[in-house]
Amino acid sequence: MLRYTLLRVLGAIPTLLLVIALAFLMVHAAPGGPFDDERALPGDVAANIERAYHLDEALPKQFARYLSGLVRGDLGPSYRYRDYTVSELVSASFPLSMQLGALAMALAIAVGVSAGTFAALKQGSYLDRWVMAFSMTGISIPVFVFAPVLVLLFAVKLQWLPAGWSSTAGASRLVLPVITLALPQIAYIARLTRASMIDVLSRDFIRTARAQGLSTFTVVRLHALKPAMLPVLSYMGPAIAAILTGSVVVEEIFGIPGLGQFFVRGALNRDYTLVLGIVVFYATLIIFLNLIVDVLYGAIDPRVRHR
Amino acid sequence: MRLLRNRAIRVSGVILLVISVFALFGPWISPNDYLSTSFDRSLLPPSTVGAHLFGTDDLGRDLFVRTMLGIRVTLMVAIVASFVSLVIGVTYGAIAGFVGGRVDAAMMRFVDTLYALPFIFFVILLMVAFERNFLLIFVAIGAVNWLDMARIVRGQTLSLREREFVDAARLTGVSTGRIIFRHIAPNLIGIVVVYVTLTIPQAILVESFLSFLGLGVQEPQTSLGALVDAGVNQMEGAAWVLLIPAGLLAAILMCFNFLGDGLRDFFDARHVD
Repeated sequence: MLRYTLLRVLGAIPTLLLVIALAFLMVHAAPGGPFDDERALPGDVAANIERAYHLDEALPKQFARYLSGLVRGDLGPSYRYRDYTVSELVSASFPLSMQLGALAMALAIAVGVSAGTFAALKQGSYLDRWVMAFSMTGISIPVFVFAPVLVLLFAVKLQWLPAGWSSTAGASRLVLPVITLALPQIAYIARLTRASMIDVLSRDFIRTARAQGLSTFTVVRLHALKPAMLPVLSYMGPAIAAILTGSVVVEEIFGIPGLGQFFVRGALNRDYTLVLGIVVFYATLIIFLNLIVDVLYGAIDPRVRHR
Repeated sequence: MRLLRNRAIRVSGVILLVISVFALFGPWISPNDYLSTSFDRSLLPPSTVGAHLFGTDDLGRDLFVRTMLGIRVTLMVAIVASFVSLVIGVTYGAIAGFVGGRVDAAMMRFVDTLYALPFIFFVILLMVAFERNFLLIFVAIGAVNWLDMARIVRGQTLSLREREFVDAARLTGVSTGRIIFRHIAPNLIGIVVVYVTLTIPQAILVESFLSFLGLGVQEPQTSLGALVDAGVNQMEGAAWVLLIPAGLLAAILMCFNFLGDGLRDFFDARHVD
């Protein structure tokens, strides 16, 4: 197990380097500099600014500087938010995004797994068909389409929940964003769980367990759930990425001051370092969480460890 | 045709056809254009008065024509992007599958690595770095979506390579290039068609995501994502500005997904017998 974990960790390092290099090159290969405005700066002013941000150096040197900053947790200065470093902006806004994401993930797993399991147990029933129809809809329709529709329905028309991120609303302001973020993942997880549960339930060991007179609930809880969860577990990586992507939209729609909102602002303002920093941060986070998923997978399924 | 006996294919195909025909010819039939603004007719609800079938937006522009235009742009981006991902994915997958061995292992390891990345953020990074270039949107979205295609094509090529007719071709002295194009490629068409159909909704999703955030198609041009974005700002007083493009986008995405699923069932069924 230790060997497996170590191999996984070592495997993640080149990926991480590749990502950082790719992101860095994309930004630096861009035509025009970050300070190109409609009105050109006088030559010496431009040269001073370039020197201050080390833009006059050769590309490999800049990259080395960026990497050494990264190791110390320094993502460089923001080009637009003049008095802030990118790291300050990220650490100020990320906790909120993380809270949203974690809640959405928990909701998605809880609802998705239960719905999928019930659908598998009652295969072909009305319940099953409804779950499948819902999950096809949830997979097809993007977050930015049903988020505003949900706001229109529950906040504007019915007025049950706040539409935006008002400070007086308390926890109720979390409800719509979390549900919106979780919906597509619920759909996906339900579908995955249903398929793998149907597969597992047809195996011999389940038949044996049933023959021993165990109730359906016990069979599912003790025997079927763990093997059926493997495909769901391997979906966790893409799910995390999808929730991060979704949170960009959700934060924009609900006006939540999280990392996603900074990302969009940065992109619209052409704040190169901020966008680069957030991409590197997101990528690192995703690679790290994928690593955890991989290790968990190995812990649950010994076949993976010994391949 | 046997293909049309599948209900999912039939229904979603017809809906997509109707939507595309409307998107192509709708703007010609309508007396309005997508550009002219007027505060006298700002935010009119859908009606036949003045032929504003989908109403007007806050600037008084006719939403029917704008929506049709948006569908055109969305479908165009999706088709071109899918083509880009088709070319990259098929080439990559066919090479990996045909060459096999270490090359294959290395190439597929690279694909696995890319799977873990938040691609959409790289597309946004590209948009920031290289202005918002229309052509770049196509290429960037295509470059994002080729991974599934590469995997599928590689698997298929790998199994085709071992078949007798390929051995026979090789024995009779057919060149490698000719084997790939004449003997392997035709057998890939079915599976490639299925995955292109499933790539199109993904490309639509990326494009509308970018446009929704204001990073994609720029005014006065529009796409379904941009229209949904505009609708969000007006939804409290004028729900139709949001609901019509949102509904159409959802319908298009669902139809492509059902179509892809249907095609997959169809080709898989043939695979079995």
